[in-house]
Amino acid sequence: MLKIENLHARIAGKEILKGLSLEVNPGEVHAIMGPNGAGKSTLGNVLAGRPGYEVTAGSVSYDGRDLLTLEPEVRAAAGVFLAFQYPVEIPGVNNTYFLRAALNAQRKARGEEELDSMQFLKLVRGKVKDMGMPPDLLNRAVNEGFSGGEKKRNEVFQMALLEPRLAVLDETDSGLDIDALKQVADGVNALRSPDRAFVVITHYQRLLDYIVPDFVHVLSAGRIVESGDATLARELEAHGYAWVREQAHAEAQA
Amino acid sequence: MATQPDEVQAALSRRYTAGFVTDIETDSLPPGLDEGVVRAISARKGEPEWMTEWRLAAYRRWLTMKQPDWAHVNLAPIDYQAISYYSAPKNQPKSLAEVDPKILEAYDKLGVPLHERARLAGVAVDAVFDSVSVATTAREQLSKVGVIFCSMSEAIREHGDLVRQYLGSVVPQGDNFFAALNSAVFSDGSFVFIPKGVRCPMELSTYFRINAGHTGQFERTLIIAEEDAVVSYLEGCTAPMRDNNQLHAAVVELVAMDRANIKYSTVQNWYPGDENGKGGVYNLVTKRGDCRGADSRITWTQVETGSAITWKYPSVILRGDRSVGEFHSVALTNHYQQADTGTKMIHIGRDTKSKIVSKGISAGKSQASYRGLVKVEKGAVNARNHTRCDSILIGKRCSSHTFPYMEIKNPTAIVEHEATTSKISDDQLFYCRSRGIGEEDAVSMIVDGFCKQVFRELPMEFAVEAKKLLEVSLEGAIG
Repeated sequence: MLKIENLHARIAGKEILKGLSLEVNPGEVHAIMGPNGAGKSTLGNVLAGRPGYEVTAGSVSYDGRDLLTLEPEVRAAAGVFLAFQYPVEIPGVNNTYFLRAALNAQRKARGEEELDSMQFLKLVRGKVKDMGMPPDLLNRAVNEGFSGGEKKRNEVFQMALLEPRLAVLDETDSGLDIDALKQVADGVNALRSPDRAFVVITHYQRLLDYIVPDFVHVLSAGRIVESGDATLARELEAHGYAWVREQAHAEAQA
Repeated sequence: MATQPDEVQAALSRRYTAGFVTDIETDSLPPGLDEGVVRAISARKGEPEWMTEWRLAAYRRWLTMKQPDWAHVNLAPIDYQAISYYSAPKNQPKSLAEVDPKILEAYDKLGVPLHERARLAGVAVDAVFDSVSVATTAREQLSKVGVIFCSMSEAIREHGDLVRQYLGSVVPQGDNFFAALNSAVFSDGSFVFIPKGVRCPMELSTYFRINAGHTGQFERTLIIAEEDAVVSYLEGCTAPMRDNNQLHAAVVELVAMDRANIKYSTVQNWYPGDENGKGGVYNLVTKRGDCRGADSRITWTQVETGSAITWKYPSVILRGDRSVGEFHSVALTNHYQQADTGTKMIHIGRDTKSKIVSKGISAGKSQASYRGLVKVEKGAVNARNHTRCDSILIGKRCSSHTFPYMEIKNPTAIVEHEATTSKISDDQLFYCRSRGIGEEDAVSMIVDGFCKQVFRELPMEFAVEAKKLLEVSLEGAIG
């Protein structure tokens, strides 16, 4: 589904990703871990098409298409979703309106019929209930005045509504207390399915107690230096990232 | 995130959709201005002697005045002798059926609800084509309740006493340079009179339209709401594309007696000039309301997206005790447009209140300024004002300024001013796009959210139009 090969990317002239390769198949959950500055968020942003990031080498194919040539909104319609590390406030824009505009734009781009307001309201109210979101969410402006935890939960809520095929979660766990963390994890787990893949970017292992990944990758200095199953995350937790760096260093020497 | 100014620029270029010219024969005066021209205008309109004299007095006053230069705009010198001060379609129609089909077609393109559509939609339209009112609808329904809604020319002929009593009573002839000019040469406009205790049964609406090239347009509008009267008046403006700057110096006067309520809404979409700053309308307007009676209320709501230069400050004189003045404004500038706009709230009566909400949107190389005066006179015990000015910038080459003035002469006054300036951030845009919303839709969604507080004040159908207008004005605004 997603194939990243030898990806090099920079922002503001600084090279962040230096030859990253990763393959993700439908149904899989990949965790990307790594120390600060390793390039985790850059990976998420490059996949979603954030302006300002320059890919200098390598390729990313998604469902056989060259993902990097697509506009962000085209990627979204093709089923790519990024849960933002820092969700953005849009004052005065009603959540319901925003979500309907997003969903209908995607449906239109895919040649599906747009939902009228009654159909959409029914759908979105159901999701609010399923996800245990506060009902007033729909009357509020997009992320405006939301607490940090509410913003992150809202990202997962948007994901549940938009039903992407490839969801990239960029440090969705950061700044969450344990209850909010569980809610976020429940939201993600409820969406796991054989034809949907997740790339879960996180700094800490604790999220992976709740979202159990099929694969764990350690990103360091712009490359994946270690891959394994869920147990790798626990080793990391025990030894810290310094351990990975040493290992990578030792490998390079060998 | 770094901004993408070039892409922003690319997105801001879009064609002006109201820029067509209607080819009809016009009866115009040759360019130039002197007493003879003022007399000729008055004669062509069949005005009584007192009106001619009033115009001449204004003209003589104007000769002694200088064009002011304090606004934060670059205004090229205007050659007042190069302008034609009167232009009217020939063959004046007596009914809608006689209206030149080309004129109707022009309105049709603009979406003006004329013909029966107007009545069905509950809107009475007094359409001003160039200088002369060509059609008035739904007048019968209005006259049943005693409401007078007609062109200013007709009002001068048919309701001379009322006009004479109120004309210039809010904006005197010598108020300012452009008001004096307007008083001398005004061509037409609307006249509204709502008698005591009458709630006007429909929204009144006027579409002004400049057509002939090199023609200054000088509307004069007068709205009088007697005791306990209620009226909502909508004014929409569009102009076709022209290369030369066109002068538009209107005067609007509102008078609200005891407990009367006047709501005046404007959507202004005059031709703004092209993306290189060539052409466009100079919109230099004096609008003022007088809350003459106790417990009266005047609300100005404006959406300004057009004109090369906009220079206007719809104001309220809060003379009556407990009277209320409100000003809600959205001003959008793009390319090389310049806007210096705001309001004046003059508190004179006791317990008077005013509220100002101003939203400025600047894109391209434009500049938008808010200029507002809150004045509390000595006798205005317990005056209250709340002012909120927000600006949003799109791209890096535009600017926004706020010039708040306060003159408080009574210690019991409470005056509050809040101001913010922000940018449509790339983060907001990317957020929308990453959810599947295309960038133009995203920009208009963000701007719409920013303006919501003001749009809420507009009558329903106008709010829809205003939203569309912003979308149109911002099409391609960001990349």
